[in-house]
Amino acid sequence: MSEPAQTDADQTTLDFAELQKLAADILGVEPDRVQLDVSFAKDLAADSLDIVELIMAIEDKYHVSLAEDELDRMKKVGDLWTFLVANTATTER
Amino acid sequence: MSDNGGPAVRVAITGMGLVTPLGTGIDAVWDSLIHGRSAIDAISQFDASAYPTRIAAEVRDFDPELYMDRKTARHVARYCRLGLAAARMALEDSGLKPEEMNPDDVGVIVSSGAGGMEEIERGQQVLINRGITRISPFLVPMMITDMASGLIAIELRCGGPNYAVVSACASSGHALGDAAEVIRRGHAVAMIAGGAEAAITPLMMGAFCQLGAMSKRNDDPGGSSRPFDLGRDGFLMGEGSVIMVLEEMGHARARGARIWAELLGCGATADMYHFTAPDPQGNGAARAMRAVMRQSGIAPQDVDYVNAHGTSTPLGDLAETLAIKEALGDRASEIPISSTKSMSGHLLGAAGALEAAATVLTIARDVVPPTINLETPDPKCDLDYVPNVARPARIDVALSNSFGFGGHNACLALGRVSA
Repeated sequence: MSEPAQTDADQTTLDFAELQKLAADILGVEPDRVQLDVSFAKDLAADSLDIVELIMAIEDKYHVSLAEDELDRMKKVGDLWTFLVANTATTER
Repeated sequence: MSDNGGPAVRVAITGMGLVTPLGTGIDAVWDSLIHGRSAIDAISQFDASAYPTRIAAEVRDFDPELYMDRKTARHVARYCRLGLAAARMALEDSGLKPEEMNPDDVGVIVSSGAGGMEEIERGQQVLINRGITRISPFLVPMMITDMASGLIAIELRCGGPNYAVVSACASSGHALGDAAEVIRRGHAVAMIAGGAEAAITPLMMGAFCQLGAMSKRNDDPGGSSRPFDLGRDGFLMGEGSVIMVLEEMGHARARGARIWAELLGCGATADMYHFTAPDPQGNGAARAMRAVMRQSGIAPQDVDYVNAHGTSTPLGDLAETLAIKEALGDRASEIPISSTKSMSGHLLGAAGALEAAATVLTIARDVVPPTINLETPDPKCDLDYVPNVARPARIDVALSNSFGFGGHNACLALGRVSA
């Protein structure tokens, strides 16, 4: 499974499989485990250093900027995906 | 007191793990040593074509994922990956199971001279080219020299005394010596100790070239490290990790462990002379050898072999020769002395542990490894360096020298343990 749940923002060019691969590489898990309803800390064993590294990679890849307080709110992969969909869509308009 | 008049608490070596340019594992390394095979070749880890020295002793074909998960491998420096691999091997060789013991009873002292050099260099490039916000959050744990000890404790469940001692190229000699002292003072029953180094990097190689300390014999890698030979022109950088399991003798015997040898003691002194050059008379080194003999209750006549620091530098080999003569007197010219760096290159902070392991195997297997490339002996270096060919010999007590920039000297004494 690499398809995210349908959302209104899915018209963007974002590819969830790409995000899965990126997160999987950094967190050292199989890409299939990176799903929208999965917790970074509880399910993917990501500690705070892992999250910083992931965010750096996300910022580089998607040309977005995540403030630290936004980061704190991202408990699940779905939170990150929603942020990306919203922010990359904005830039493209 | 022990039967040799040494310290009351005896320390057994019950396990050894080696990831080195000479091979991985005890038998592979030993095979290289007794067949006189050099591990020095062209540098493959970066483009060294502009360097005055373009050869080194690298660990080839190392797969960290045989010893740790992918994420851990990504988040620690190469020296730590090598160190964890060697520690796992040493523990397996010893049969000790820290996870079934009181965690406080097993400690770790694994040293590194340079730490995560490649990560420091990479981090500096990131800072310059991309700014502060792109520095890896893992840079600090990757670069610091104590992290091999920390990582090994985490992965192997060793909760006792845990730190690194740093003394440049004597680091792992001191690590083994200090770890034995932790056991002698009753603060642990077993210690995982040794060294790990991975400093064949653009900056480190450049810096050592600027020091003028390395051989420029690029066209003859196998002949480049030639301790005590008249044509020697410097040392060759090596990398790797060698780690031992040290254990209180009674504990080792009670569980029926195979005992490789006894770590009798470590003589530690300072040259008080210069940052990088040895005392030309070898005074500090001689005092270290005397100190360990005194501590261990052995006399010069008891010493059967010396594994020399012997880095193949013009000054160092001569100073060490004088030191051995000074410390051992007439005995110096009666016994075999060899430099295994002629084959392994200089593993810097892991050198002392590799040479301690070579010395342990010399005792256990009744063969003295040679000093290879000793073709035209330096007339001033006039001892028996076991030139070019290994030699069968019964060795009961041996010394292993390690000297580091800063004038640090560590001399380990190792002895046979009768069954």
